[in-house]
Amino acid sequence: MASIEGGGEGGHKKGPGVKKAKKLSTHLDMTPMVDLGFLLITFFIFTTTMSSPTTMELYMPKDTDKDEDLNKAKESGALTVMLSKDNHVYYYEGQLKEDASNFISTNFAGIRKVIIDKKKAVIESHQHDAGCEKIWAKNGGDKKSCLDKDLVVVIKPGELATYKNTVDILDEMTITNIKRYAMVDLFDAEKILINKTEGN
Amino acid sequence: MPSVKIPKKSTFVDMTPFVDVAFLILTFFIMATKFKPEEPVEIKTPNSVSTKDLPDTDALQVTFDSTGRVFFSVLSEKDPMVKYNVIKHMNDTRSLNLTEAEMRNFVKAPAIGVPFSGLKALLAVPAEEHKNYKQAGIPLDTLGGELFYWIRDAVGTFTGKQLKYLIKGDNEAKYPAFKQVLNAFKKNEIFKFQMITALEDVPTGSELDIIRKREKASGN
Repeated sequence: MASIEGGGEGGHKKGPGVKKAKKLSTHLDMTPMVDLGFLLITFFIFTTTMSSPTTMELYMPKDTDKDEDLNKAKESGALTVMLSKDNHVYYYEGQLKEDASNFISTNFAGIRKVIIDKKKAVIESHQHDAGCEKIWAKNGGDKKSCLDKDLVVVIKPGELATYKNTVDILDEMTITNIKRYAMVDLFDAEKILINKTEGN
Repeated sequence: MPSVKIPKKSTFVDMTPFVDVAFLILTFFIMATKFKPEEPVEIKTPNSVSTKDLPDTDALQVTFDSTGRVFFSVLSEKDPMVKYNVIKHMNDTRSLNLTEAEMRNFVKAPAIGVPFSGLKALLAVPAEEHKNYKQAGIPLDTLGGELFYWIRDAVGTFTGKQLKYLIKGDNEAKYPAFKQVLNAFKKNEIFKFQMITALEDVPTGSELDIIRKREKASGN
């Protein structure tokens, strides 16, 4: 049993007639204390929340009807990513072709490579223009800062995509360091294509 | 046959170090525990690589669960009067006919997820029992629904303070629910949100990983 042993054996001999003081045992039974200790540990283990929540920032644009307020995207730099049910991801580059030949199906594991490849392609085909000078000035003359300025990722979550999918794809933008992305609704043509692909 | 004599050993084990360690662990857990504020629904938040901390004061939080029910809460840990002012303002503008006691109860309540018509009935129930009260969720539509008014009136009472807008959604919630919540904010001319997520590791070798490492190196 848990205990603390106290007091040595030694003690000086007393003469006859001197009454020996009664020696009390210093053995303490620690079992109840240990029981209680573990009970508390169990309680705190169950109640504690280890991972503190963090927050992810999201900026949405103002809805606008005016054409001049809309952000223009170059076709060569556009990548449209669509989300659908069961974590399906579809994408196409530039404009969706009439015959939908550039409409490709993938998943969350594959989309990162697609984004990175697109970014590389955009950087390689980068052409210098006046807009670039402004970005340089803003970033303290960093000439690399505008190489990917034409890259725009358009995120289109479908009605059956989950909130987790939406956050995951936005997170993917942070991971791959995409500076320009937008979250918009699916077009009808895209909805039809997704439905056809998913067979319903 | 001679019997083999087994030397009798004491079964006495000194438990003191064991107890020491147990109490050390206990101390650790006591220190590390931060009690979660009680919420009427359990939400499993998605993960993200974002490292920004969650504010616990001067913030409005909209929560939606996997079935699309929407809850609204005002976070003002430091000053409970703020929360009281919100409901008082709501009471006046929406003519809810709440009693003083019911408004006090709102201050204690973690999150509200009922239509205006059901608010009086909910606040008649003590805040401690709200988690057992079936809340239908704040009605939403493409124009923001009643959530629009909650946000508008809450923002109105917070004048002069930098408010943060938190969105907490369940993994399994569908995108349209999220979009409707965003719409309610957008109708109030609010375009900057913070979504509550759990921390996730940055994939090694990704561009963000390289950037973060560089920042860390230059920071030291």
